[in-house]
Amino acid sequence: MAELIVYGIVLGSIISLGAIGLSLVYGILRFANFAHGDFLTAGAYVALFMVTGVLSWIGIPDNTFGSLSFGWRMVIAFPISMVVVGCVAIALDRILYRKLRQKGSGAVMLAMSSLGAAFIIRMIILIIWGADSLFYRPGLMRPALEVPLGIKIRPDQILILFVVLFLVVLLHLFLKKTKMGKAMRATADNMELALISGINTERIIIWTWGIGGALAAAGGILYGIDVQLHPYMGWNFLIPLFAATILGTIGNIYGALIGGLTIGIAQQVSTAFLLPTYKLAVAFIIMILILLIRPKGIFGKE
Amino acid sequence: MIILKAEDITVGYTEVDILHDVGIRVKSGEIVSIIGPNGAGKSTLLKTIFGILKPRNGSVTLKDEDITGLNPDKIARKGISYVPQVENVFPSMTIQENLEMGAFIRDDDYSQRIDEVYDLFTVLRERKKQKVGHLSGGQRQMVAMGRALMLDPQVLLLDEPSAGLAPVLVSDIFEKIMEINATGVAMIIVEQNAREALKMAHHGYVLAMGRNVLDDKGEALLANEEVGRLYLGG
Repeated sequence: MAELIVYGIVLGSIISLGAIGLSLVYGILRFANFAHGDFLTAGAYVALFMVTGVLSWIGIPDNTFGSLSFGWRMVIAFPISMVVVGCVAIALDRILYRKLRQKGSGAVMLAMSSLGAAFIIRMIILIIWGADSLFYRPGLMRPALEVPLGIKIRPDQILILFVVLFLVVLLHLFLKKTKMGKAMRATADNMELALISGINTERIIIWTWGIGGALAAAGGILYGIDVQLHPYMGWNFLIPLFAATILGTIGNIYGALIGGLTIGIAQQVSTAFLLPTYKLAVAFIIMILILLIRPKGIFGKE
Repeated sequence: MIILKAEDITVGYTEVDILHDVGIRVKSGEIVSIIGPNGAGKSTLLKTIFGILKPRNGSVTLKDEDITGLNPDKIARKGISYVPQVENVFPSMTIQENLEMGAFIRDDDYSQRIDEVYDLFTVLRERKKQKVGHLSGGQRQMVAMGRALMLDPQVLLLDEPSAGLAPVLVSDIFEKIMEINATGVAMIIVEQNAREALKMAHHGYVLAMGRNVLDDKGEALLANEEVGRLYLGG
């Protein structure tokens, strides 16, 4: 059981990265971006393209760090992929969502269009890489360490937790300490008043998409390192992402973090009683229960 | 000297006009109160002056500059600040952060201005790290006004500053408004609490059905029998 909880924390931290971005966008633009899951997929595959393509052509060595499953190539590919997907998210807003907003489309119309965008991203990935599962390093043995309580954990997974922690702390500092970060929170709080205060909310929206996309990319890559890459990986994350976002109160990034961890742990622990294929159903049931019992989430005011 | 002037304003949210040829003048350092029944278009006039609504006809002039139709952030830069009636704070942010957001467009060091705002609203200084969502209605109103004062405006637009406050707090807020005015800030105040608003005002305007009905010195309107009967509740 302790082991399942630890695996749940690893999965949950990845869900959190996606949920934070989803929550940021939802908090400001008030619509459900169904393409967010596919940002995770895009991030994972952009990193794959870098690791097996660009970076190997330019001769970055392929060795791994100690008992980790990756090396310098991934260290370089990781931030590049975050930037690329951040730009994809911004571009999607500029060419699609912004146009719809300006025409006064409602939340449902925007959500439906995001569903379309999700299909497009996924199909592009399917066309390029095919429908099979892929790995950053195929055929690599990934030994697990024994830690107290008889828990087996791979060095990769420990690193994943540190990377997520690092990104969350970085985001926290950005939102609390920088002028742009504070303006982002202000815009999420009260867009009209932000405008009245002279905050350029369109610029804030661009930042929000960029950060949301970059965090999703990070989540996707980490999942690819931990498990595997698959064109549907992000789509399968969508329900956990929404469950985590709603559980943690829409627009609240700390809530999204806690929500993500909760959903991750619940999903992994459920495998002790249910078939692993029911993991998604567990996230879905939690989401329905929150919506019935406390629709505004744990941090929401009634 | 006239600092702000709105002339012949015709405006509406949809095709239906709310205001018809409404005009208002504010001299520098003056408090101007706008009174009138619900739906007279008082708040609409403030929103039009601040650029949230674009007038179909008419003009807004600040000093000698035509600012008609500019966006709110531009108008804020020109020296007008606006406190909406509701949702006028950032609830999940601290008092200090709310004031910082008020100074968002300032690139200079505004720490002295924050100090001045805290000097005016001393109760806020003690709680600057508290989230505004947890404050009482009166304190929220102070944060809202403090945010608007961060740009050192020449004209402050206040929409129903006393709305929803307990009677004891209403006089507190009006006292603060007088203090702000004493520092040389001109103001336009829209108020339901018409009698109090006219007492403070150098000049008052009565709006009804989206039109100018009457304007005069504050005390003159208070003494006017017809105004008393129709708009001040007898």
